[in-house]
Amino acid sequence: MTAPPLAGTAKTEPSAATRGRSAVLAAGLLAALGLLVLVALLSVALGARSVPLSTVLTAFTAPDGSSDHTVIRELRVPRTILGLGVGAALGLAGALMQSLTRNPLADPGLLGINQGAALGATIAIGLLGLTNPAVYVWFAFAGAALASALAYALGSAARSGASPVRLALAGVALGMVFTAVSSAILRMDSQAFDRMRFWLTGSLAAQTSDVIIRLVPFMAVGIALGLLLAKPLNALALGEEAGRALGVAVGRTRVLTAVAVTLLCGAATAGAGPLWFVGLAVPHAVRAVVGPDQRWLLPYAAVLAPVLLLGADIVGRVIATPGEVQVGIMCAVVGAPVFILLARRRRLAAL
Amino acid sequence: MTTPVRVGPYSMRPAPRALVVSLALVAASVALALVAISTGEFTVPVADIVTALFGQGTPVAELIVSQLRAPRVVTGLAVGAAFGLSGAIFQSLTRNPLGSPDFIGFTAGAATGGVLAVVMGGTAVQIAAGSMFGCVISAVLVYALAFRRGVQGYRLVLVGIGVNAVLLAADNYLLTKANINDAANAGAWLNGSLSGRGWDHALPVAIALAVLVPVCCAVSRPLRMMEMGDDAARAVGIRVEPVRAAAIVAGVLLCGVATAAAGPVMFVAMAAPQLARRLTRSPGVTLIASALTGAVLLTAADLAAQRLLAPTQLPVGVLTAAIGGTYLALLLRKDRR
Amino acid sequence: MARLTGSDLTLAYEQRVVASSLNVEIPDESFTVIIGPNACGKSTLLRALARMLRPKTGAVHLDGSVITSLPSKEVARRLGLLPQTSIVPDGITVADLVARGRYPHQRLMRQWSKADEVAVASAMAATDVTSLSERIVDELSGGQRQRVWLAMALAQETPILLLDEPTTYLDISHQIEVLDLCADLHEQGRTMVAVLHDLNQACRYATHLIVMRDGVLVAEGEPAAVMTPDLVEQVFDLRCEIIADPQSGTPLIVPEARRRARTPVAH
Repeated sequence: MTAPPLAGTAKTEPSAATRGRSAVLAAGLLAALGLLVLVALLSVALGARSVPLSTVLTAFTAPDGSSDHTVIRELRVPRTILGLGVGAALGLAGALMQSLTRNPLADPGLLGINQGAALGATIAIGLLGLTNPAVYVWFAFAGAALASALAYALGSAARSGASPVRLALAGVALGMVFTAVSSAILRMDSQAFDRMRFWLTGSLAAQTSDVIIRLVPFMAVGIALGLLLAKPLNALALGEEAGRALGVAVGRTRVLTAVAVTLLCGAATAGAGPLWFVGLAVPHAVRAVVGPDQRWLLPYAAVLAPVLLLGADIVGRVIATPGEVQVGIMCAVVGAPVFILLARRRRLAAL
Repeated sequence: MTTPVRVGPYSMRPAPRALVVSLALVAASVALALVAISTGEFTVPVADIVTALFGQGTPVAELIVSQLRAPRVVTGLAVGAAFGLSGAIFQSLTRNPLGSPDFIGFTAGAATGGVLAVVMGGTAVQIAAGSMFGCVISAVLVYALAFRRGVQGYRLVLVGIGVNAVLLAADNYLLTKANINDAANAGAWLNGSLSGRGWDHALPVAIALAVLVPVCCAVSRPLRMMEMGDDAARAVGIRVEPVRAAAIVAGVLLCGVATAAAGPVMFVAMAAPQLARRLTRSPGVTLIASALTGAVLLTAADLAAQRLLAPTQLPVGVLTAAIGGTYLALLLRKDRR
Repeated sequence: MARLTGSDLTLAYEQRVVASSLNVEIPDESFTVIIGPNACGKSTLLRALARMLRPKTGAVHLDGSVITSLPSKEVARRLGLLPQTSIVPDGITVADLVARGRYPHQRLMRQWSKADEVAVASAMAATDVTSLSERIVDELSGGQRQRVWLAMALAQETPILLLDEPTTYLDISHQIEVLDLCADLHEQGRTMVAVLHDLNQACRYATHLIVMRDGVLVAEGEPAAVMTPDLVEQVFDLRCEIIADPQSGTPLIVPEARRRARTPVAH
């Protein structure tokens, strides 16, 4: 039971309140960016062999070919860039998917897209014997694209369009099939299994800067496209008919969102393996703080997801020195408790 | 409305379609069992199976039937039924197909317990104990975390997905830390497999079913009522809390004992109740038809896993996922209402 | 002593106390309507009377016994409830849903007696859903669906029937339809208890009114005796005039035209 709405009085000065909120949110976004820079610097500096931040700077201003500088330039920086890109891509992709499907459980992992990418890579490595990552990333990318297209086609087969539950079921079903085929391939080739078990866990360490450079354009386009979709997605959040009544081109918005999601998930999974949970947990956490407005939700998710990913990666490197714990494991370990806490604390804010 | 059967003060109202479907499923599982036991690299005529089982056949037929094929088939039937029942119970409680134990962390908990035992080079008994233990712990954990003025279906699914993620990560961590042989064994076990399963695998599941199926039958009607909401169920005189507690305990035990025997065979628990519901066209979740569907699904998948790429033997979990996933996708495609 | 009473009830969700030391008696064979502003505890009281909520102190008595001490099925044969929200199971037909109301009369070996069949048929006839019996409940309109839920509660064949806001989400003609049906059931000898929002409907249909505010029972009795402008102002903070309903002669609340477009109650 809700209290009857109060008439008059309260509605006289909404614009000031809104402006104030916008200012707070903008400041928060700047702070989040600052946090991201800090985490990125830490990611370059910390690891099995930690270097002081001053050395990090001289590695760029005056590289002297020392082993510290080499580690930073050849390993840490590409790894950090990959983490930034993958994190932003997954966070944004998760937020976009949750908004498009109006399904709070939408996540690249749950909808089978990561498993599609993994299958692509497994086929390349296990069946075709490809070992060059710069080649097999393309298979992963194709797998992700195929999976998201299929998930959406199945989920939207009903006359009523893609309902959240159908979409989730379709995604889960596809994910199962992809994983099953991957497992079957790996069963027959134990060498491929040995190589794949690290990639399948999700790791930022596996790629060279050569590969990363190939992935950056996809991520950049996906991020730009995703951020531009905030406004129509806001209108669609009220339901398809309300969105149409507000003048949103529903079909076009759906297709463009699906394209953005495919670009982001494909590139992220190709780069770092089938990470999941980042795309699920971060948008939920962000929504609980900034509310359902996509214009804030999307950029916040894109900035804070790499903070989580890089943070998890750093912790994974530091706690297991001289080895490391893969970032996929750390993400789940860090992200899951936050997610469970949110699920407990409130009825997850409506989308 | 169906025609009721009344004798004196007693009356039954069998749903004819559910009955026919259940009988057909029983027939199908018997047929599958006979095919699985009689065919293969060494053919045992159907007529010889019974004599072999009673120790009257040739030594070779006896070895193959009683020691190799029959236990595997029985394990498959029992594990499939257990997963099907467990899935039906939790889908009914959460009113959500994603609420089945393979998604809310129970199967994953059992898997992690089992993998831990595999990686540490445990025996079959230790692996079974590990997965049973893991299943119970994860179920308690999920319920404790989801409990807040009662357990609400949606929150349970969300918390379960969170716990599931941590457990999968733990599995992967164990795999990367293990040496390649242990990792391969654990990887195979994680797929779910019936290969090499003997009577000592079949027996615990069969006992669990014998004890828990009556419990499930007793809570079946109240559970259906509870799908209308707790208040509506209480209003017609159902004591909601004891029913829910009994159903949860039965579901967790079935899931644990099944995973202990065959590893975390994915998808049977999720797909069997959904398939059964559509086959019987009954509203809500149907427990017995789900159990039978699970048994048929798993046995058929195991048969295919052995024969499809022979001599390569696939783990049955690969097949259940492939078959179940494809079928569910097709159902979604056809299911235009 | 009435069949259904509550004595010294403290009602609370977790730690939030909604009402305390509440004493209430539902007159036998009355059509009792509980009214009050939002969040006054009227649905909570109804839920307690229907044993959905266990009181912190005090007890609800049914036929002289503490209701929670009676077997739940036994209670369900004497007292029915139409909850505010129920979930329609996927793909269930009207006939199947209504039949579920027979649960308290069934046993493992007596699943579908002649009595069950008659009860379901007459419940569906009374609520005028017989022609819908093979339809899927999900596909019905809101008014039809509410009639189906009511049919399920009727099939339970209880002498006492509790209804939690049975007219919510219905348009005016369906509201009247449901209330007329309740009046018919009352005339057939059932004790009816309903939570309603609309004061005029409450006055027209009730034989006994219970008026609540902030968890306190402010007044009770026959509508004509209870409903005064002072009471309405005291309970709803609304100044009004009360005239005789031109159709039924029961009290009709006409809010004072103090401000433009001020309605007596939300919804």
